[in-house]
Amino acid sequence: METIKILLDKCSGCGLCLKVCAYDALDLVDKKVYINERCTICGACVDVCKFDAIEIYRRSFKGQDVSAYSGICVYAEHRKNKLSSVVPEVIGAARELKKDLDKTISAILLGSGVKPLAEELISYGVDEVWMIDSLEIVDFAEDIQADLVARILMEKKPEIFLGGGTIIGRSLLPRVAAKILSGLTADCTELTIDTESKFLKQTRPAFGGNIMATILCQNHRPQMATVRHKVMKAAEKVGAGHNGKIVELHDIPIPHSKIEVLEFVEEQTETVNLAEADFIVSGGRGLKDPKNFDLIEKLSKAIGGAVGASRAAVDAGWIPYSHQVGQTGKTVNPTIYIACGISGAIQHLAGMKSSDIIVAINSDANAPIFDVAHYGIVGNLFEVVPELVKQITE
Amino acid sequence: MNIVVCIKQVPDTTNIKINPETNTLIRTGVESIINPFDMYALEEGIRLKEKHGGTVTALSMGPPQVEESLREAISLGIDDACLLSDRAFAGADTLATAYTLAAGIRKLGGADIILMGRQAIDGDTGQVGPGVAENLGITHVTDIRKIEQIDEDGTIIVERLLEDGYVRLKIKLPVLLTVVKEINEPRLPSLRGKLAAKKKEIVTWVEEDLEIDSERIGLVGSPTFVKKIFTPPKPSGGKIFQGDTREAVASLLEELKKAGITAGKKGSEDGNN
Ligand SMILES: Cc1cc2nc3c(=O)[nH]c(=O)nc-3n(C[C@H](O)[C@H](O)[C@H](O)COP(=O)(O)OP(=O)(O)OC[C@H]3O[C@@H](n4cnc5c(N)ncnc54)[C@H](O)[C@@H]3O)c2cc1C
Ligand SMILES: Nc1ncnc2c1ncn2[C@@H]1O[C@H](COP(=O)(O)O)[C@@H](O)[C@H]1O
Repeated sequence: METIKILLDKCSGCGLCLKVCAYDALDLVDKKVYINERCTICGACVDVCKFDAIEIYRRSFKGQDVSAYSGICVYAEHRKNKLSSVVPEVIGAARELKKDLDKTISAILLGSGVKPLAEELISYGVDEVWMIDSLEIVDFAEDIQADLVARILMEKKPEIFLGGGTIIGRSLLPRVAAKILSGLTADCTELTIDTESKFLKQTRPAFGGNIMATILCQNHRPQMATVRHKVMKAAEKVGAGHNGKIVELHDIPIPHSKIEVLEFVEEQTETVNLAEADFIVSGGRGLKDPKNFDLIEKLSKAIGGAVGASRAAVDAGWIPYSHQVGQTGKTVNPTIYIACGISGAIQHLAGMKSSDIIVAINSDANAPIFDVAHYGIVGNLFEVVPELVKQITE
Repeated sequence: MNIVVCIKQVPDTTNIKINPETNTLIRTGVESIINPFDMYALEEGIRLKEKHGGTVTALSMGPPQVEESLREAISLGIDDACLLSDRAFAGADTLATAYTLAAGIRKLGGADIILMGRQAIDGDTGQVGPGVAENLGITHVTDIRKIEQIDEDGTIIVERLLEDGYVRLKIKLPVLLTVVKEINEPRLPSLRGKLAAKKKEIVTWVEEDLEIDSERIGLVGSPTFVKKIFTPPKPSGGKIFQGDTREAVASLLEELKKAGITAGKKGSEDGNN
């Protein structure tokens, strides 16, 4: 069965669809468009066609009874008995959705000695915490956690399930989705409810942030998404009037983990934890020499931020990979990102484009980094950066 | 040891630019490449084979031209390559892709270690790895930066990168690992490899070759679908300060203070913890 088709009588041969196709899967022959074998049916062309000349046929596979599902559930990621900082953001997103859905917010909390975290979740506005408190559920035993989350979701049937777009969340939720056979959208930057259909509209960057896609999961429940860290507004604590409930789930058997944790090594959080940092100062090849990373460190210290780097600086061995920002490094979302001596190659931009404020310091006024920068100084970083440090600490 | 490396052919995003006027993708000669993260997975597969023996097979799902990428994998030192290619597989989201790849791995006879990239640079999801592991019923760990050792008793010790450090884990084989760039330095193809790549027969399997449920593959087997694609709005021209360094810096700081940078305070208070 053909699943995508060009309606040749409607096609005007305008070629707009060729421009949006990232797979080179459309050919323009004699003023008509034809689809070739490279097509992945991503749907980009359908959307852009002004003549409704492209059709995608969908059949649903074994759709569930979606009406049996209700409410919004969040995954309460934590480590060392502290909620991850992404959790209030995920709850914040859930509370926004609640305004349109008017359903309860629940949270899945797994671990040992986690009761205080359940109370904290409630203080953020969660209505019901589904908790399994057991010595067997240790940090990083993701195999057990995926199993338990799937069982809870199948039993409780929330219509939406959200988790943080963290390393753990982006490993756990896909496993859960594969267990319960529902759809999962990665690293969303916007979640809204479609006013008519009440479906969850999940918007996320793809192609290194060059395009945005809005994704739906119509026939399967729960509709699942991971949420990009530091994009959604964190939930504020609610007043004492809010009554949440802790539901301990005793009947679910806990499997044995096949993952044995040998050690967790925390790296100097102040300089490396780019995911959490509000301010990031990054250095690139413009620094010319590894010892000049000193300058970057001084500036980041002066503003209480973390140190990032371009791939060129990492590949040159000036700074470890854990600092690399970009397509093959980390994706960051600080309040302020200061790029020093970084040209702004598309792969670097992929990792920092969604920062609230981007500052570029570069001697080349034509460097592409200035295209995305909110503020910039065209100048020699060896003068500008020390001057910045000086004026800040003065 | 049986090793399978899953690789995806992706458009080389280096060449993808946005036309600022029409806000559409410009694809001046977009080439297809092996997903960059998968190059590290291939390299790690070859290294494991060199050290522990066995065979390493590259597996991909995609249109027929993916054969080129599989030949490239052979030229690097991969023993065998297999392509899952059928119109019925097209339009798969991560759930359907993982299901289909897992069926391919099963048909290959399973694996002790499956290596994949941390994410593909087109979809940027990183969801296929955990999904394949679930379909095969084996353990998975993402973001591996080092394989420390593999013991006689069939366990593996790995280092997994986290936001705030790393964790060392011991897992019983079989296991599926997704790798980050830090894990190794990929080699270039050898002359012998290039010759081998030319001659190699790439096995291609269609839907009928696999034991799968036709309701769970391709577009029909995909719960998610893309409703709309658009280009993100461009930031509306930044403020650029030029000229005298001291003045430029002062003007910049003026703006940044509004965004929460507190001059002379944060650094001295929190700088060292
Ligand atoms: C598949 C793939 C994945 C990639 N992934 C990443 C990634 O994750 N992250 C990443 O960063 N890159 C990535 N890259 C590489 C990327 O394309 C660029 O090569 C890299 O970002 C360039 O780093 P840079 O800006 O530091 O160096 P350059 O491009 O060399 O830029 C240096 C800049 O410094 C400026 N400069 C020089 N001297 C001074 C001075 N005294 N004062 C002020 N400015 C000065 C120059 O004007 C120039 O703009 C990837 C590439 C590929 C192909
Ligand atoms: N069609 C495919 N064929 C083979 N491997 C794939 C395919 N899609 C994804 N993968 C593997 O899964 C990883 C993550 O991809 P993704 O989940 O699409 O970001 C990639 O690095 C590949 O190793």
